[in-house]
Amino acid sequence: MSENSKNKTGVDVAEVRRVAELANLELTQYEETAMQRDLSVILDHIAQLNELDTSNVAPMAQVSEVLDKSGQLAVTALREDVLRPSLDRKPVMEQAPETDGVFFKVPKVIER
Amino acid sequence: MQLDTIETGRLTISNVRKGLASGGSAVALAERHYTSIEEQNCSVNAWLALSRERAMAQAERVDRQFLSDSNAANTAGPLAGVPIGIKDVLIMQGAPTTAASKILEGYQPPPPYDATVVARLEAAGAVLLGKLNCDEFAMGSSNENSAYGPVKNPRRLEHVPGGSSGGSAAAVAAGMCVTSLGSDTGGSIRQPASFCGVVGVLPTYSRVSRYGLIAFASSLDRVGPFGRNVRDAATMLGVIAGHDPLDATSSTRPVPNYVAELEASSTRPPGELRLGVPPEYFGEGLDPEVREAVETAIRKLGEKGCVIKPISLKHTRYAIPVYYVIATAEASANLARFDGVRYGYRAPDATTLSEMYRRTRDHGFGAEVKRRIMLGTYVLSAGYYDAYYKKAQQVRRLITQDFLDAFNEVDAIITPTAPTPAFLLGEKSDDPMAMYLADIYTVTANLAGISGISVPVGKSKADLPIGLQILGKHFDESTVFRVAQMVEDLQ
Repeated sequence: MSENSKNKTGVDVAEVRRVAELANLELTQYEETAMQRDLSVILDHIAQLNELDTSNVAPMAQVSEVLDKSGQLAVTALREDVLRPSLDRKPVMEQAPETDGVFFKVPKVIER
Repeated sequence: MQLDTIETGRLTISNVRKGLASGGSAVALAERHYTSIEEQNCSVNAWLALSRERAMAQAERVDRQFLSDSNAANTAGPLAGVPIGIKDVLIMQGAPTTAASKILEGYQPPPPYDATVVARLEAAGAVLLGKLNCDEFAMGSSNENSAYGPVKNPRRLEHVPGGSSGGSAAAVAAGMCVTSLGSDTGGSIRQPASFCGVVGVLPTYSRVSRYGLIAFASSLDRVGPFGRNVRDAATMLGVIAGHDPLDATSSTRPVPNYVAELEASSTRPPGELRLGVPPEYFGEGLDPEVREAVETAIRKLGEKGCVIKPISLKHTRYAIPVYYVIATAEASANLARFDGVRYGYRAPDATTLSEMYRRTRDHGFGAEVKRRIMLGTYVLSAGYYDAYYKKAQQVRRLITQDFLDAFNEVDAIITPTAPTPAFLLGEKSDDPMAMYLADIYTVTANLAGISGISVPVGKSKADLPIGLQILGKHFDESTVFRVAQMVEDLQ
């Protein structure tokens, strides 16, 4: 890991705020500082991956593609598109923080 | 066999069966386990909720079956009357499901929603005692990330039980249930099994349905069992494995009879087994006592006739960085659903929708979950996708190919499960990177989709359990169990 210390992957507070906004998180000032420190350390560790030349390696998104290739995966694609009963509305809506019994209620959406 | 003369901490599935067949009561057995939970949970904190009503109704059904059918010992389900605990990331009627998070505090899954694995256990006769503590959303290696307090290692209470399925391992180790279910995204079954001195199984990706599992990282997540011995773990996997139309990623491959294959294999010559030992798993950072215990077991397997072969898994050192890119990226998407709209916690007093989302998530999620959502969002964000996410996916293929190549030469691979025995509570909780490295020997199997197990292989001088990991080919759990049984028999 020592060679990576040369090119530290520093994350600044503006970047932490930008990512928090994308992630729908509202961080306190204390959390922002901790996040900046932790993300920098973790990204620095992740930077080791750059030691490897992967220009000729296809990305692997799923285990299933590897199993498919070796003929090991027996998955019957997708189920037939037929109607099936789902959960009843009543017990589902009972778990909602705010509801009129039919819809989920939320604070106003248009901010003006 | 008298069921009530065996301590709950020593019961196995076959004890329970024999006990019920000779007049023992499933109701009494469940009550004894609830007593054991009452006595120990204040110190171990393994349980988040009990499903007493559901458990006792099932225990009564089992007792009626054994009373009315003299042949019940042969006809009852394979888990008839067995008291079992369920990790709280699996949906189960009869108790709240929280994923050990404040954001789901008190959440009662709408009936009749049960995870497929939960329904299968009950259909096999299991008595489901309740929900087990874990790291919040299964994110952690010590169980210190639960919103409801850490689980303690029942072998030594000042030590962690491992994570994320710490409650599942601790409850089996402490005699609060006979077997349990956990989930494993980067080691979350095998590492706590190792720390608590029990057996924990990582089934092949797609072998066990994930319908009703709260998703963390969908290309890595598995559900698997804990048991006190290899045979119990094999029995459990036989019940939960197999295709589920409700999980499009579950495999339709037939499920072998793992227990029958385990029995049959005991008479086969050990010489037909080729076991690989990768030096990459025995390098810097490995505790000398763990090394000694694992190397001793390997030597003894060799003396029994197994062929021991050095193999190379040369991309192992990149597994942690690959894992923390892929797992967090997937988690950031999976956890977007927790927004205070449909279920669980909602922050009060927000005046706009976006404020409500943000405050709900900031108050509802713990520090580690937020850290992973942030990291996952970062690596997927514009400008970084190729550098992090795509790169990690490419290296994931290299790690997987290492295993596929190795399995051309060997039938199974033996490593330590974790670099150390259970560490102290608080020892790593302020250092996320040190905590992540606790998974260094386990994340590789999740990335490659292969099967694995952790089996106890002795204790350290401080009397802490040590685990040995066996990794097997895709869908070759039978060989994994066979080798695990040989290791168990050495003890």
